[in-house]
Amino acid sequence: MKTVSSLLDERWYERYKKISKLNIRSSIYDVTDHCNLRCKGCFFFSSDEHKAASEEKDVSKWHTFVEKEMARGVNLAILIGGEPTLCLDRIEAFYQRLPTFCATNGLIKVPRERFPDMMVGISLWGSQEDEILLRGKDTFKISSNNYAGDPHAYYLYTITPKQLGKTEQIIKNVEGVGLKVHMQLLSNDEGVDGFSWQPEQLMDIRAEMDDMLDKYPQTVISSKYYHEIITTGRMLGRPFGWSECPSVTITHDNRTPQPKRLTNFIRWASDLKTTHRCCTSETRDCSTCKDGAAHMSWVMVNKRGHIRTTRDLQNWIEVYEMFAKLYQFIPW
Amino acid sequence: MEKDISGTTLRIAQILIDELKLEDITPETFDPDLDLVDEVGVDSMDLATVALVLRDEYGIRIDEDDYPKLTTVRIIAEYINNKLNSDD
Repeated sequence: MKTVSSLLDERWYERYKKISKLNIRSSIYDVTDHCNLRCKGCFFFSSDEHKAASEEKDVSKWHTFVEKEMARGVNLAILIGGEPTLCLDRIEAFYQRLPTFCATNGLIKVPRERFPDMMVGISLWGSQEDEILLRGKDTFKISSNNYAGDPHAYYLYTITPKQLGKTEQIIKNVEGVGLKVHMQLLSNDEGVDGFSWQPEQLMDIRAEMDDMLDKYPQTVISSKYYHEIITTGRMLGRPFGWSECPSVTITHDNRTPQPKRLTNFIRWASDLKTTHRCCTSETRDCSTCKDGAAHMSWVMVNKRGHIRTTRDLQNWIEVYEMFAKLYQFIPW
Repeated sequence: MEKDISGTTLRIAQILIDELKLEDITPETFDPDLDLVDEVGVDSMDLATVALVLRDEYGIRIDEDDYPKLTTVRIIAEYINNKLNSDD
């Protein structure tokens, strides 16, 4: 029988030990139904999730809710949209109690005197031209002014097919403002013309992402195995999709057989009562979903499947480390 | 009365091998002190599957809160025997 210690040398085993006991239990929370942008392809608005529930405005109820989430075993709160920074009091209900990650478009600066070490993930959709086309404005100019050099912030760069051959300049821009960057792929939920991935483009962007990781290892937080999984949609010979996704809300999960999944994961709407099907759009075709966090989690929950060869297990460790860095469980 | 711990250990090893489809291992060669979580990659879903088989076989209920403690075959065997003895 293959065991972890039989597959790893001392150096890799030390890396493994640093993550093996983390036992991360995340859930995702819509903080508000509102946003200060309306990006084409944003699943929150394209699938009408902003209409799914009426947001809870009583901050005391957010505090009570977070206490209940902790009792449920949640030890990582992932805050998403609308735009969470429009409601700092609600963010505070999480931050006072839990390791908290806040996704933002970066137009509003999180006040660091109030949230000194909260991890902030700033969305970025490409070059100035693409940002204006998809989001109506060049957010990088504003967000980089707000967060330059912040050790608890990084860019979440959603790569579109239009970015092929252009990612290096984006990485350089991020490096230039003293931040890190993590890459994921646009799922193009709204079918914006020219922004849907073609198979050959996915092969090309995988090579480009690998190249960026090799050239900018201090700036790019990623792993080549993650690039493989997210561009091929396959892991251990199996395709990603509804029958495999780990990020389905537990109360919506009636799949048989039950796949490996995130323990007790729920994505809550901002009324604190309604739950969404999964970590992303309910209207999305799971077989073409490119959600980065879902693919990372897919690898992470399938640990035993990777205790197969030394390379498989090293791949698993690298993806787990990447996740742990992005959510501040281990240092950069 | 004290139950046979070594017999329980071998049976648990067999259940783990069958349910988790572990290869190149027999109950006799299964190290009862091997860390199932750290070394074999057993997770809470695996333990839930094994717990159902143990419930049917031994007539005991394993609380989900106890899963994190059940890290080796020997510890599972002791847990089962304690449950059985407390029911005697």
